[in-house]
Amino acid sequence: MNAGELVRMANQISDFFAAYPHDEAVAGIADHIVKFWDPRMRVALSDYLKTGGDGLNDLAFEAAQSLEQNASA
Amino acid sequence: MNKIRQKDFGTPKKETEKLITLTIDGVEVTVPEGSSVMRAAAEVERPIPKLCATDTLEPFGSCRLCLVEIEGMKGTPASCTTPVRDGMVVHTETARLEKLRRGVMELYISDHPLDCLTCSANGDCELQDMAGTVGLRDVRYGMEGENHFAPDVRDPVDNSTPYFQFDPSKCIACSRCIRACEETQGTFALTMEGRGFESKISAGTLSDDFFSSECVSCGACVAACPTATLEETAIVKHGVPNRVVETTCAYCGVGCSFQAELKGNEVIRMTPSKQGGANEGHSCVKGRFAFGYATHKDRITTPMIRNAITDPWRPVSWDEAIQFAADKFSAIKARHGATAIGGITSSRCTNEEVFAVQKMVRGAFGSNNVDTCARVCHSPTGYGLKTTFGTSAGTQTFKSVEKADTILLIGANPTDAHPVFASRMKRRLREGAQIVVVDPRRIDLVRSPHVEAAQHIPLQPGTNVAVMNAFAHVIVTEGLADDTFIAERCEDKDFERWKAFIAEERNSPEALAETIGVDAETIRAAARAYGSAPNGAIYYGLGVTEHSQGSTMVMAMANLAMLTGNIGREGVGVNPLRGQNNVQGSCDMGSFPHELSGYRHISDDGARQLFESDWGVALNDEPGLRIPNMFSAAIDGSFLGLFVQGEDIAQSDPNTQHVTEALSSLECLVVQDLFLNETAAFAHVFLPGTSFLEKDGTFTNAERRINRVRPVLPEANGLSEWETVARLARAMGYEMGWETAADIMDEIARLTPTFKGVSFERLDRDGSLQWPVNDAAPDGTPIMHVGGFVRGKGRFMITEYVPTEERANRRYPLILTTGRILSQYNVGAQTRRTENSRWHDEDTLEIHPHDAETRGIRTGTRVSVQSRMGATTLTALVTDRVPQGVIYTTFHHPESGANVITTDYSDWATNCPEYKVTAVEVRPANEPSRWQEDHERRREDNYVVGLPAAE
Repeated sequence: MNAGELVRMANQISDFFAAYPHDEAVAGIADHIVKFWDPRMRVALSDYLKTGGDGLNDLAFEAAQSLEQNASA
Repeated sequence: MNKIRQKDFGTPKKETEKLITLTIDGVEVTVPEGSSVMRAAAEVERPIPKLCATDTLEPFGSCRLCLVEIEGMKGTPASCTTPVRDGMVVHTETARLEKLRRGVMELYISDHPLDCLTCSANGDCELQDMAGTVGLRDVRYGMEGENHFAPDVRDPVDNSTPYFQFDPSKCIACSRCIRACEETQGTFALTMEGRGFESKISAGTLSDDFFSSECVSCGACVAACPTATLEETAIVKHGVPNRVVETTCAYCGVGCSFQAELKGNEVIRMTPSKQGGANEGHSCVKGRFAFGYATHKDRITTPMIRNAITDPWRPVSWDEAIQFAADKFSAIKARHGATAIGGITSSRCTNEEVFAVQKMVRGAFGSNNVDTCARVCHSPTGYGLKTTFGTSAGTQTFKSVEKADTILLIGANPTDAHPVFASRMKRRLREGAQIVVVDPRRIDLVRSPHVEAAQHIPLQPGTNVAVMNAFAHVIVTEGLADDTFIAERCEDKDFERWKAFIAEERNSPEALAETIGVDAETIRAAARAYGSAPNGAIYYGLGVTEHSQGSTMVMAMANLAMLTGNIGREGVGVNPLRGQNNVQGSCDMGSFPHELSGYRHISDDGARQLFESDWGVALNDEPGLRIPNMFSAAIDGSFLGLFVQGEDIAQSDPNTQHVTEALSSLECLVVQDLFLNETAAFAHVFLPGTSFLEKDGTFTNAERRINRVRPVLPEANGLSEWETVARLARAMGYEMGWETAADIMDEIARLTPTFKGVSFERLDRDGSLQWPVNDAAPDGTPIMHVGGFVRGKGRFMITEYVPTEERANRRYPLILTTGRILSQYNVGAQTRRTENSRWHDEDTLEIHPHDAETRGIRTGTRVSVQSRMGATTLTALVTDRVPQGVIYTTFHHPESGANVITTDYSDWATNCPEYKVTAVEVRPANEPSRWQEDHERRREDNYVVGLPAAE
């Protein structure tokens, strides 16, 4: 999947949740991605995160990280 | 069999609980207070002769044929205008009445031609019937017809519109057509010229005919006319139909009920059904008249296959086509796994057909890659309303608008896109309700005959959320909130948090006025109009959803409704006006990749296991690809096979070049449709579909009303769509297990709690049902969230305004937004193949006079519209309906390529494309765009049908 597209989508989701307290926002973004993204999109996001995750805003970055942790947990 | 002519009670039904009992011709009858004597008599089968009265219109009292005698009352009052009273004793047939009625009839007939045997209304004429009923035997005043049909005074027949004719010589001046145009349709196109015997009906001004007048060809006047004066052209040509099938229109989300009237297997006329809950006897130019596409010569009725999209099509048998598709899908699945194939369901198909496709994808394909065209229209409605209220559907029944005091209309143009509902809305406005319109464009509901919006917010496209936040700020800070409702019905913590956010000064109209492009006072006045109304109702369309903040906006509207307590009773609510007839249904049927029918997430073990045990197959518990993700995955190489049911994604989805690239990348594209549409240019298998006139199933409209769609004609292609899908699934090794369409609904009811009480049998017996239909609501649910939200307590969501990334700049200084026109429907596949194209044969570009002048553009100039994505060439229409800086076009014609210019931006939550905001530049250009030239070439190359192979 095109990483630029996924970054844009993740950032858009975090723009919505940014209005919420930090932990709630990160959880909200991660939950949204789990609920609505096809696994291959999540894998692509994870791969992109491993290359540094350039362009992801802070909340999206943290949410992507939390998804990684949940996956490896 | 149904009778062709629907029973006419003479005057409208009254809705009041107080009942009145009276006696008519010795028979006791009890009716609601306010009913007319005429209606009460009809209730007990004592029909009173009438000409100017019909139960779709308010009584008029002009024909004097319906006179009755009432004991204790002087004279002979007109029964249509006389309300019932307790204990009244009415006589409908006496010697005196007979004489009076015959005298009245004599006068009518003295000015009416006696060509009954050759008249187009022969057999369907109320005047003829009444002459018989009153026993007219001779006419003392002569038969010259000096005012209407004598050769020297006779006006020519007006054949200007394609669907009906106006023959003034047959007119009896009863005014039913004028009243239908005013009361039923709300257009006011007709008037009466002259007086007495010289009275004549006129459309528009003296120089107008019906086509050039403001007439919208809804057919209300034709339905109301008691003579042959206004008559369907098809009746003139073919005669009166002799059988009837009740069914549901396949155009917009209003979902009107119609009786299809036939002779043999030819549909002669579609007449709106008075029993139809959605339309109650009204119709528009599309549903009433534009059904000819079903038998259009372009229709493909033979399956076709080809190995490469550059090969000519090869017509084959059903078995061969289905096996070909199954082999291709199975091969992809074997090589790349189940997640490499998927399907798209269509809101133009029945619930049963949609359910079949999603079951095939989940059960036979083994993936959750199923999405529906609602993705590109109302998916944010689903997300937003589920998050705030707990269910993905509008809250009201259409009739509820009759109790609204302030209507807040946002991003919808009902007079064009949902005309029958617009007529209801206009009627309520004429009764005194006010309307606030939030739309960049000055739509008809801002100002048209007898309609004037209290406020119009011509916002900058893309600033919806800012407007809603400003509204909510005014309501919160000016003390207009319904604190009791909020305390009882909504989550405390979420409300308090939201309230603190919305009360911030940055959400005030003053702070947001520049962003919105409308002055703060206008915004405040509009917010107060909604916030202080006893009943405030929100209606909205794709101008809300098709934005990068579509879901946020739906939640912002839900917040506003909860804030003001406008939920859970008649006259209020949050109401999506659905674009296509079965958008609600296709969403309900589990055609989103993350959801099973009834909006249960695929990861919900309980729900999934229910389906697994019923279907006998293990289901994937991860969400699949949404339509835009399918395109990306196709380009990426991880998605290779797609089944498309009745959708033209190559025309309707944004950024055409991107879609084209994706479709060209597929190894197997199967298209099921009536026509070789734009998408079929990229297909390997074409499976002919059925028109709504051939389907057996149900549609669910925007008010959650499940209506039966009944087969009016045999399938032109020889196979129903659900059966085609079931056979494809079988060829891939999965048995669907259905014998009839009714079996599919039984399965839906078995697996979907909100549909528990629905079956074909029940619908055939009781008419339509509004879901949820279950043990708690066995007769359905016209109004939702009464007494409590589906999710328990309503949830306020914080709706920060985030501007779209699509920005105007010096290179692309204008914002393009898109919409629909009355006579055409979506991509136009249906309506372009009817006479409706006489009203709109090309998409034009509306541009403000100032923007036009600085670019040297006049009405009629061919202009190139260039965005960051692509360019297309259209004809300009200079008009101040659009504000400066905003241009507008429709997307009904494929050669317009409106989506060549739209972008990849989409709603954050659902990926619903941002059709409504595209930065563009416009300049005069004579030549078609590069895309248009390529498109023309592709039409020539990709649609070749080879000769059938010799047996």
